[in-house]
Amino acid sequence: MEEKPNQATELLELSSGKAEHVYYWHCGYYTSRFLLGLRDQTTILGVRCSACGRVYVPPREVCGRCFKTMNEWVDLGTEGTIYAFTVVKLPYVDPNTGLPIKVPRTDIYVQFDGADTRLMHWLDEGDETKIKVGARVKAVFKKERRGTIHDIEYFTQV
Amino acid sequence: MDNVAIIGVAQTKYEKGKTKNYAELVYEVSRMALDDAGLELADIDNVVTTTNDFYDGRTIACMAIAEAAGSYGRDATNVEGDGTLSAFYGLMRTLSDVYGTTLVTTHCKVSEGAPRKIFNQMFDPIYDRRLGMDAISSSALQARAYMDRYGITQEQCARVSVKNHGNARNNPYAHVPLDITVEDVMKSPVLADPIKRLDVAPVSDGACAIILAKEDRVKNGRRKPVWVKGVAHCTDAYRLGERDLSRAGALEEAARKAYAMAGVKDPSKEIDVAEVYDAFSYMELLWYEGLGFCGAGESGRLIDSGVTGMAGALPVNPSGGVLSAHAVQVAGLARIAECVLQLRGEAGRRQVPGAKLALAHGITGICAQTHCVWVLSDTPAKEV
Amino acid sequence: MAKRTAIVGVGQTNHTSKRRDVNGQELINEAVKRALADAGLTLRDIDAFVIGNMDHFEGINCVDGWSIDGSGAYMKPIMKVTTGGSTGGTLGSSAYYHVASGLFDVVMAIGWEKNSESDTQAAISTCADPILERDFFGGAIGPNAAEYAMYMKQYGASQEDAAMVAVRDHNNALNNPYAHLRKFITVEEVMNSPMLCYPIKLLDSCPRSDGACAVIYASEDRAPKIAPRPAWIHATAVSHDYVYFGDYDWEAMPTLEATASRVYKRAGITNPLKDIDVMELYLPFSTCGVVWMEHMWVCERGESPKLIRKGVFNMEGELPVNPSGGVLSTNPIGATALIRIGEAALQVMGKADDRQVPNVRTAMATAFGSCYWFEATILRSTMS
Repeated sequence: MEEKPNQATELLELSSGKAEHVYYWHCGYYTSRFLLGLRDQTTILGVRCSACGRVYVPPREVCGRCFKTMNEWVDLGTEGTIYAFTVVKLPYVDPNTGLPIKVPRTDIYVQFDGADTRLMHWLDEGDETKIKVGARVKAVFKKERRGTIHDIEYFTQV
Repeated sequence: MDNVAIIGVAQTKYEKGKTKNYAELVYEVSRMALDDAGLELADIDNVVTTTNDFYDGRTIACMAIAEAAGSYGRDATNVEGDGTLSAFYGLMRTLSDVYGTTLVTTHCKVSEGAPRKIFNQMFDPIYDRRLGMDAISSSALQARAYMDRYGITQEQCARVSVKNHGNARNNPYAHVPLDITVEDVMKSPVLADPIKRLDVAPVSDGACAIILAKEDRVKNGRRKPVWVKGVAHCTDAYRLGERDLSRAGALEEAARKAYAMAGVKDPSKEIDVAEVYDAFSYMELLWYEGLGFCGAGESGRLIDSGVTGMAGALPVNPSGGVLSAHAVQVAGLARIAECVLQLRGEAGRRQVPGAKLALAHGITGICAQTHCVWVLSDTPAKEV
Repeated sequence: MAKRTAIVGVGQTNHTSKRRDVNGQELINEAVKRALADAGLTLRDIDAFVIGNMDHFEGINCVDGWSIDGSGAYMKPIMKVTTGGSTGGTLGSSAYYHVASGLFDVVMAIGWEKNSESDTQAAISTCADPILERDFFGGAIGPNAAEYAMYMKQYGASQEDAAMVAVRDHNNALNNPYAHLRKFITVEEVMNSPMLCYPIKLLDSCPRSDGACAVIYASEDRAPKIAPRPAWIHATAVSHDYVYFGDYDWEAMPTLEATASRVYKRAGITNPLKDIDVMELYLPFSTCGVVWMEHMWVCERGESPKLIRKGVFNMEGELPVNPSGGVLSTNPIGATALIRIGEAALQVMGKADDRQVPNVRTAMATAFGSCYWFEATILRSTMS
């Protein structure tokens, strides 16, 4: 720190206040169809690139590798394997509520059979000794579904 | 500067509340720009995207568009600011000996967020931000300072709005084409005196992309290449209290440099068509002066004379300008894309006949703190 | 004409956890003044500026314009580039291409962050797709924790191997007066520090810092006159291929491998372990210092722990890594990767004082951020 002449007698700090800045994200056709799959069919949809054959989940319009529009929808079902997991113990701030998250919380990547990319979600197990990479997991859907990623309550080990 | 051409351009139609997400908009224009240039993605050496975390509503928004902008397998980078600046960075990369072609994309879905609050976040958090300053109130201060100093009238500003909304009727991409009169503008609700509803650009969503290529990578395609003759940008003081709001000093400096690069001596005579960033009607008048289209305080007479109308000697904003479509970070790149169409002779009903030298202009920041000026030509510079 | 480009000056703040005595502009100004002093230049010598940070960490939109009072870019060209954690690498590349294009002779890159002004983890968690991934994204730490858990399983590496990387970087920081955390630590202390996200512990992790860094780039016409031994940029490369975190293949680390391959090819490096004298790597967690060495082709898959145990990457080893103490000791995010470039340049220029590696001819700096966005720079003591 540099010495400054005539310094203030006190260093102040101001908060930006509680004003919220709400966004309305348009899901577009691909994400909408995926979310409708959760809400109405309780299944996980992917999309296949007709050029290279890769199956993407979450689905999106363009295959980055081939730069081609994808249109071939694939029903991936509700079961997959744990590709990776982490048990979060740091109660950082939930971006939705501004409150600390409940820990431990297990974040996982689910590898669906027949997909080339993975979906992020939660696992209902907070003890890392009981979780294995490669274990089979199954989506548990909520009864009341609204077309969000939380229509899946969590994944559970089969 | 070595010769670099713009060989492909694409824009979406500008609308409020587009249903595609912004990655899908970027893919749409990237694909169309490649088609326009007659290229495959494999011909693109690197990519420059444009994002703004505030408008995009997420941190590191450039993540979301990697695939859509064709970044897979090639160098990519990201600018935050007006599309004219991304294009300028794209030009630099094209001029280096590393890349020969550059795809530049920009998108903005202004309708997804809260644009007044987002603009407010440009202000100093300790001072002006807390006073609730936003784009309209701060621009009204600028308009007042400028109009008062030179006796520019509200009717003269209204004439810009009438001209540009009218021109927009010839532009299929425009968001707000209108057949209005000066009286309509004068009667529209006052938002922040002297700015009225019809003096203000709309809230638009959209995307734009261009492709730059070094001379040796310009193929004889179906499109005429448009050559970059001069580019410069310049930034004024941050705090409005430090600026002479009645003058566009940073624009004067950027224009001076761009004209020097392009060998333009008398812009009002040499430039055939200009596309400028008119977020408010008064801005177009203030930019005339900054760009040297007329002397200080003479813009009112210039708009009255019809010189900048479609039938005039120097048509400004044949596309309808930003007053007719304002997808913020897209707006400057759209000015470049429109100039390219003009110089190719492909601007349809908004074509300025025989346009050979065009000027595109972008701004960013509070009261246009930063200006970027592009001079484009239908012919490359001669070998020196 | 494209120009060869070198770094001629580096300045940084004394990084710390919270700078209540300065605002952001004043923080930037400290780094700017130090970079100018290091190069023996004045603000008048700077032709253009590039600046970057993470928007949502301080909540200031358009920091390019906001920065003027600190950056000194008044009535000069300044633009903002940003790519998340890799912003500093993007800044360095941007300043490089400003000069390499032949359009600017002397350009300053400025990276900064005041992490203390907001909740870093909350701000970073909004980088994942807001509709599909945000709520499952355990901050920046989650994917890296998962990566090392898999690596240990596959190659029989241990948490102690990572702890040795933490010890190396933290203890190197004792030689760096600018580093934020300067405390001698042992492997045992790392192992006993609180578990944050298995298998990453507190002392395996980077801190959040307030700090700024400024680096001055100059063209071949100017660099030799400014610095007796400039650090010449021989190559930059970047790879950013992915949109969703779930897309990434951590076993293959494709973007790190692509970045390393590209930058080595452009700089004519065939054996990084032998050809490179020092590396300043963006390692946000000690575990990355184990795994990523292999994806940068420094050694074969699974061999990194062996090299770490042998001390190959220590100060007196064959390829010293992070003499500055790296990201584990200092992390003002928007500046972090630019500090890597600045520190690599100081090593080449022979100005790294107590942390100097003897006879550095070739140095490498990397950046990491967003959805596995990697960027790399190769610097040399000779122009060609």
